Parts: sequence; C-alpha cells; structure tokens
Amino acid sequence: MSAPHLDVRYVADLVRLRLSDEEIAELQPQLDHVLSYIEQLNEVNVDGIEPTAHASAVYNVFRADVPRDRFTQEQATANAPHSGSGLFLVPKVVES
Amino acid sequence: MDLAGLTIAKARRMIQAGELSPVQLLDAVNAAIETTDPQVDGYLSRDYERARAAAEKADISLPLGGIPVAIKDVINVEGEPCTCSSKILQGYTAPYDATVVTKLRAAGAIPFGRTNMDEFAMGSSTENSAIKVTRNPRDPERIPGGSSGGSAAVVAADEALASLGSDTGGSIRQPAALCGCVGLKPSYGRVSRYGLVAFASSLDQIGPFTHTVEDAALVLQAIAGHDPLDSTSLDVPVPDYSAQLDGGVQGMKLGVPKEYFIEGMDPQVEARVREAIEVYRGLGAEIVEVSLPHTKYAVADYYIIATAEASANLARFDGVRYGKRAEAPRDLADHYGRTRGEGFGKEVKRRIILGTYVLSSGYYDAYYLRAQKVRTLIRRDFVEAFEKVDGLLSPTSPVPAFKIGERMSDPLQMYLSDIFTIAANLAGICGISIPCGDAEADGKKLPVGLQVMAPAFEEARLLRIARAYEAARAA
Repeated sequence: MSAPHLDVRYVADLVRLRLSDEEIAELQPQLDHVLSYIEQLNEVNVDGIEPTAHASAVYNVFRADVPRDRFTQEQATANAPHSGSGLFLVPKVVES
Repeated sequence: MDLAGLTIAKARRMIQAGELSPVQLLDAVNAAIETTDPQVDGYLSRDYERARAAAEKADISLPLGGIPVAIKDVINVEGEPCTCSSKILQGYTAPYDATVVTKLRAAGAIPFGRTNMDEFAMGSSTENSAIKVTRNPRDPERIPGGSSGGSAAVVAADEALASLGSDTGGSIRQPAALCGCVGLKPSYGRVSRYGLVAFASSLDQIGPFTHTVEDAALVLQAIAGHDPLDSTSLDVPVPDYSAQLDGGVQGMKLGVPKEYFIEGMDPQVEARVREAIEVYRGLGAEIVEVSLPHTKYAVADYYIIATAEASANLARFDGVRYGKRAEAPRDLADHYGRTRGEGFGKEVKRRIILGTYVLSSGYYDAYYLRAQKVRTLIRRDFVEAFEKVDGLLSPTSPVPAFKIGERMSDPLQMYLSDIFTIAANLAGICGISIPCGDAEADGKKLPVGLQVMAPAFEEARLLRIARAYEAARAA
C-alpha cells in the first residue's frame, strides 16, 4: 500500500481556506507525516464495535420552542465587520 | 501584600476575619501582575476598573466572595474581548457571559484578567498564540505547556489565586504539570460549555487551575452542574466536593497503567511519579498494575476526532457575523478564502485541513468512522479498569517543560506531548494533575505532574485521592 497522501491545495479549497504556495509547500509534508501516523488505527480490529460519538449517555435533548429575551438586533450585529439596518452585510452573491 | 502561598481557602479565612478586604486582594493581584507578568506574559488583557467595582460590592458571605479568578481567552465574559489568541477574533467584544462566568459571579468571585493560549486551544505549548509567547515561570527559556499555558503560568507565578482553562486533550492538566500547579479536567458533561468557543465538542471541558486540591474543589463546586443552555451537560446532582476531601486513601485500590510508562519518557519524570506511587502505598492504598491496552492508539484517534470536529466548529469564522474580514473581496469565495486564510494561524490551518479530509467523501469510513470505533475500545479499557480499581495514577506528561521553539517545526512531536492526557477526554472521565516534585535540567528545577484519573462523575473521589498525596507531601 502506498503512503497516504492528502492534497492540501484541493482540501483547503473545499474548506474555503486561501493558502499561499509557501504555506502549501510547508503543510504538505507535515500533513502527510501526520496521516502516516494516523494509519496505525488500521491495526485495530474494530469488527462488530459500535462507534462512540461522545462519552455521555444523553441523546436528543429537547426544549420548548418559545421566544426568550436574548440579544437585540443591535447587540447581535454589534461585532459584524459590516452591518446596516440591523442586518449583516456581505458581498453580492446573486448576479443581477 | 505577597501572594506567594496564598490559596483561595486562606484568602477566604482572612476576608471573613476582616484581615483582608476584596479590594485589597484585587489590588495585590493587580500589583503582582504588574511586577511579574512582564517576565511571564501570561495575561492578554484585564479590566481593573470593572473588577474594582465588583470587589467594592463583593458579598463576602458567598463561597468565593471577593476572590479574583483569571479566565482563559476562549471563554466569553460580557463586555470583554475573547480573542482565542487568534487574529480572526481581533476586535470582538463578548455580548454575554459564559455559564461558568455567570456561576462564578453568583458564587461571589470576580472574573479578572484574560489569559494567553494556543490559538483556538490547538497546541501543547502556547506557542501557537497569534498574540505572544508565554514563558514558564520556572525558566523563561521554556514553554508553559498548553493550550491553557497562560492560565497555568499566572497561577504558578503567583499572579492569580485561580484561573479557568479548557481541556480538549490535556490542555488543563499538561500545562498545570509543566508549570507546577493543580489542574482539574472535570468529566464530560459535568460543567457547562455555554460561552466556551468550541474546538472539539465531544471532548472540550472547562476546569480550574489552583495552588491546591482544596481550592480546586472550591472552584469546581461553583462551576459544576446542569445548564439548560448546554444540552451535553448532564442533569445529575453536584455533591459537596469539600466534604470528603480529607477522607484519605486507606483501603482504596489504585491502578498504575503499565502503558503509561513508556520508552523515551524522561527518567526523572518516571522517578518522581514512582516515588509518588510509593507515597500512596504508604498511606494505605493497595497499588495494582493494570492495563489499558488501546492507549497507544489514543493520539492517532484524537487527531482524527478532534480535527474533524474542529473543521466543522471553525466554519463559523467566515467574516460575516464577527471577527476580521478580508479587505475588498472580489466575490463571496474570495471573501471566505482570504478572511480565513489571513485570519487563522498555521496550526489551526493544519487541523482544519486534516479534519476536512477525514470527513470528506470516500475517506469518512476509513478515518472518522474507524476512529469512533477505536474510541469505543479506548473507553472500554477504562470501564474495565475501574471495575478493578478506584482510581488510576500516571505521569501527566512524559517530559518536563521543553524549550521554546524546540517542537514547533514537527507537529507530530508536539502532538505526542499529550500522549498521557488524551485518553481521558476520549473516554469522558475526570482527571487532575498535581505537582509531585521536580526534574532538573540546565540547573533549573522543572515541575513534574502526577495525573490521577477517576470514573466519570466521580470528581469527589478524584479530589480525595489527589488531596491525600498533597497532604502527605506537605506534612
């Protein structure tokens, strides 16, 4: 089996992370090295073993869907880099 | 007033006897920060005026009345910055208190000062902070551990009586060990994470750094319990953690996991931990060797699960609702790509990419699903061990504090710093690191930490075991 390889440029694009060529050149061997280390999990026999998503025995917690006093529109948009009229402003998405 | 040796318990006695006022205590902490922090660089910011106003009207009848507590910069405190030591959160002001902060205030404590950390809690040395490097109080050429390095260093350097940190794979226990203070990671679900900036949601827990086990019990008492705002916090009663603290370990069975004494660990660390185990034997505990056979897979397992969850959690940093935004984007893809590319540091990028990869189509079963199954086996190891013993004893870190810069070029070497702490997070159990002596290097005495682990929601037992050693060592 060949050494595991992760195409950094491709994955970074999937996750909307712009990297410079220098960064890709540095991250590529480091991530391949980490990936090779992770491969050791293939030694473990997991036949018939249930996956664990988290460690506590609690599932599907529900609460009543009622309005509460929380943030005002002003508070909610106070940290936004660009906002106006109580809304978050973003670059144009849909072409006219 | 000198803060050296001042514990919460002692400060509380002095405050109640009228020998010390909350304002005097706050001023002493503030003065200690001014004197000491230029060498340590554990704090990122603090709001003295606000803390002073709180100290002036502190209710000293409350359990932590008038006690200042430093807060890791990953926990929201209303009206304060919460940078996560990242460029992407520069300029952010928290609009609300995390539940742990609400609870601290309700117990009379005063949140004071924000501490440095690895960016988004990703790291083991605090060198991944985009803001500054924190130094080990015992040796300024060495790291304080991480990711809660600032929270550990300020307590160890007597610039705080206590602090809060977060622990996803050892980020409380490892820096506590390397700086020489007490660091407690409660069980998964014991403390609310509402208001903690999420790294890996199935692993993160908030816990205290203190000078003593007794103080750790006091802080845990204040922050533990169910919170409707965090659906993963369990609705089970919070026992009185101080009540049985001095019950001792006579007749207890304590396990020493053989997989936690490995080739390549520092011989002085091993010697100090073995001496501590003998102290327990002397106190009447029965020491038995146990096996946690899947230990060697814990680091690999963690770096799949934690990065997968991080890649999803950090998607929220998109430059729309908060944080920094790239200037003059061409279009939306350019906006996202450059905002995140410019805002995140190297280690965060490494983990987002790895996490995205292990969750991506075609690799999910091979990596993520397999890791979740191995997690079941790691957890089962502990369940089986705790059928035979009451608690586990091990080193917290295989090495004492290493030099600044030493491991930065090799991410895998850095990840292996957490080899003894990661499994507790995967299994959801509680763990604590307590000082157990020093290792000498370059003429400096570097602290060594003893890790005690106990079953989920058995913090009272955990603290009692830890306290027995601490009391024996002080005697």
